[in-house]
Amino acid sequence: NGNQINMTIEDHWTLLHLLREELGLTGAKEGCGSGECGACTVTVDGRAVNSCLYIAAEIEGKKVVTIEGLAARDGGLHPLQKSFVEHGGIQCGYCSPGMIMSSKALLDENPNPNEADIRHALAGNLCRCTGYIPIFESVQAVVDKSAEDIDVVVRDFGPQPD
Amino acid sequence: MHEFTAIGKRVPKVDAIDKATGRAQYIQDVKLPGMLYGKILYSKYPHARIVKINTDKAKALPGVRVVLTGDDIPPIRMGVYKDNPPLKSGKVRSYRDEVAAVAAVDLETAKKAIDLIEVTYEALPAVFDPEEAMQSEAPLVHEEHKTNILKMPWKLHYGDVEAAKSESAFQVNDRFTTTWVTHCCMGTSGAIAEFDHSNNLTIYTNTQIPSLAQKDFLETLKALGLKEKRARVIKPYIGGGFGSKLDTYAYEHVCILLAWNARRPVKLTFDREEEFIATSTRQPTITDIAMGCDKDGKLLFRDITMILDNGAYTSWGVTTPSVMMLPISSLYRVPNVRYEAKCVYTNNTYSQAMRGYGNPQATFAIESLMDMLAEKAGIDRVEFRRINSNQPGDVTPQCFKITTCGLPECIDAVADKLNMDAEKEKGVGVGLASLIHVGGGARIYKSDGCGTIIKMDDYGKANVFTGASDMGQGSETVIAQIVAEQLGLKVEDVHVIHQDTDVCPWDVGAHASRTTFVAGNSALCAAIKIKKRLVDLGAEALKVDPKDVVLQDRFIFSKTDRETSMPISKLLRSSHFTHGGQMMMADHFYDPANENLGRDFKGNMSATYSFGAHGVRVKVDEETGKVEILDYVAAHDVGRAINPLLLDGQVYGGVLMGIGYALTEQVVSDKGKNMNPDFRDYKVLTAKDAISLQPVVIETIDEDGPYGAKGIGEPGCVPTAPAIANAIYDAIGVRMKDLPITPERILAALKKKKGVDSCGIDPLTDKEQKCD
Repeated sequence: NGNQINMTIEDHWTLLHLLREELGLTGAKEGCGSGECGACTVTVDGRAVNSCLYIAAEIEGKKVVTIEGLAARDGGLHPLQKSFVEHGGIQCGYCSPGMIMSSKALLDENPNPNEADIRHALAGNLCRCTGYIPIFESVQAVVDKSAEDIDVVVRDFGPQPD
Repeated sequence: MHEFTAIGKRVPKVDAIDKATGRAQYIQDVKLPGMLYGKILYSKYPHARIVKINTDKAKALPGVRVVLTGDDIPPIRMGVYKDNPPLKSGKVRSYRDEVAAVAAVDLETAKKAIDLIEVTYEALPAVFDPEEAMQSEAPLVHEEHKTNILKMPWKLHYGDVEAAKSESAFQVNDRFTTTWVTHCCMGTSGAIAEFDHSNNLTIYTNTQIPSLAQKDFLETLKALGLKEKRARVIKPYIGGGFGSKLDTYAYEHVCILLAWNARRPVKLTFDREEEFIATSTRQPTITDIAMGCDKDGKLLFRDITMILDNGAYTSWGVTTPSVMMLPISSLYRVPNVRYEAKCVYTNNTYSQAMRGYGNPQATFAIESLMDMLAEKAGIDRVEFRRINSNQPGDVTPQCFKITTCGLPECIDAVADKLNMDAEKEKGVGVGLASLIHVGGGARIYKSDGCGTIIKMDDYGKANVFTGASDMGQGSETVIAQIVAEQLGLKVEDVHVIHQDTDVCPWDVGAHASRTTFVAGNSALCAAIKIKKRLVDLGAEALKVDPKDVVLQDRFIFSKTDRETSMPISKLLRSSHFTHGGQMMMADHFYDPANENLGRDFKGNMSATYSFGAHGVRVKVDEETGKVEILDYVAAHDVGRAINPLLLDGQVYGGVLMGIGYALTEQVVSDKGKNMNPDFRDYKVLTAKDAISLQPVVIETIDEDGPYGAKGIGEPGCVPTAPAIANAIYDAIGVRMKDLPITPERILAALKKKKGVDSCGIDPLTDKEQKCD
């Protein structure tokens, strides 16, 4: 999330363990612990990974972005975050951090995905609440740039955490 | 017409920003100082005597603080039938039986300690088939009951079914079955229990029933000898409910017992495999159903017997036949009905509430048979449903008072939008199914009520303390909209607090699609009380007639002179900070005017009823048996759409859950053992399986609902399976009677139709199995 961290990482830690238990970044969720549900998705050097399967020691020298690092430092939401809020892409919210991070990795790689691309990119992120339709709409809206006009009340977040 | 400012708007969920930024804290994210970690040891047998448990090695492991077995705990019985101790003593009745529990300084140590507990079992004969369990020679799951059939006789009978049978011009009958499916909440179960120095309990837990859970936890405290102590239930953000959190579970009581013995907070959360194995499922059912109509297509009778696999213990889910009676007696006009259901103990996992509460199982049989009867009578399927549709003002023979009813409009909308009569290519078919569900609460418990307290602050903002539980469906937002509309505030001025039984009033729980209706009405009535006081104060301050006072956009002003106005915040301060000043607070407990079912199972269970119809176009590949959903139309009579954004979300999510139920999802149980406790093998639907769905909203403005609204949480998954089964029949001419409708089953049915005796591939042996 833009902060350089020097620390000793134990061999058996997963990236998810490192984030949640050692760094207190609980935005990434454990939904299954076996790479099936995508709730733990973060990006490593821009690529979406299941942090529950990713060996923590392998992140040395790499850039990790979690959901906590997505909003701007002044509190402004990322267009994807705004769009998920506005289009009902979030219900219980447990899958949302992973869903948004997978979408982010997709749009960074391909700013103009079609619906099949979106489905493919999100195939590893399970959601039980929304039937996925509002999630596709949320991503599509950012592709269509309409998210810039979204009128969401952004609370004053203050500085972002690590 | 009055213009609403908050009602009917696509207001984003008020908690969505916290969720989008990773700030929302679920039970997994909560930590308390000094917290220990708990773990449960489950049974290795589906039915066995516990001969001996040796916990010495586990207790000796460094870091272990508490080890408990069923012999170490006081008598505690969970569930509506009081047949389920949180740790089993003497014998186990299913693989998910809790045998021992550990609290340790970290999770790794707790897991190691669990592995060090040695249990000696003596296996007992077990029974896994509810029909076998009903035989006199079957092994008894609970010996003290002397039979495996629960003493809860669900029997509804009115009219003269035998006479109606002889009068019917057309009759059909068949057997339909459904299997175990599970909620698959993305957030797994978990709890943290903590005692204060005076032995009062605080428990953080995922629950849909905070008030009833509090009652259960107080009973556990009482069993521990803590008679006059308090139990405070705090709900963190909940990662999905769908009925799974409608009872208290062993892990919650175990967590309390561990914390009590450790004198430290204890956290116990499930991993995904545990979530699949140790949480409850929807009831598997075997339904024998007969139905008949006269020569004009008017339904004359329904005759249904049903067997439900209760599993080894009893949850609130045992009362699902009371909700099954709703479609059985009252989906369409049926003058003669006989229904009998038996819930049967087996050594399987025990079943529970799940979205629709029995209605999807019953509707699958009813709506499949409706198509079969229409075909036999030679009447168009859509027309057949129109002929028999419920109408506003009907009182059904089970005494349900149908106030508003948009069923005819829903059927028409589906037929129209799906273009059902369009030319079809080979392998393509269309199907339709309707639904009725409770839409104005459901009186299963003594009270169906919900309390609300509204406290205005000095700055024009409202704190609303509600009994309602939000597990993602959006009740917070809907309540905020209702209060904002009444008080002339913005939705963001209303802060809804629902997480804590110490501050929130009583509510029976988030079930039966009741929250918008019941909690919404409760909030509305409390807001009306505040509004009246604000209007009186405002009239005095503005020196105008109270009848002319309007609250809007955070201001109070005169209808006749917009310039005569005052900010609501100022009005609040002026009434507060004065001699004899007053705080602006109000409360309301709303309990709908519905009735418990009587001894004859008649009574107006819900204050109003929700209706809907789903239509689907499928393409079936006769080579592979694969079903592809081409179009889906879901029309729902919702009374009024208070928030169309969240309403669509309920329909989208419900329908996809229903499609999983229809086509892919099942817990594969081999002699009581869950063989597929992971998402992939359970076949939960992914983004690649998502369908294109057209929701249709029919507004009937129910006079008893808040702003006319009825419940919509569950209906989305109710008619999905029969709509799909009907479409498959239309496509390839085979009637699928067992859920899920897997490709194997379709191929087997096609073979059977062609005269080849095979009922598909047995998922356990990978071999073809013969048809019975």
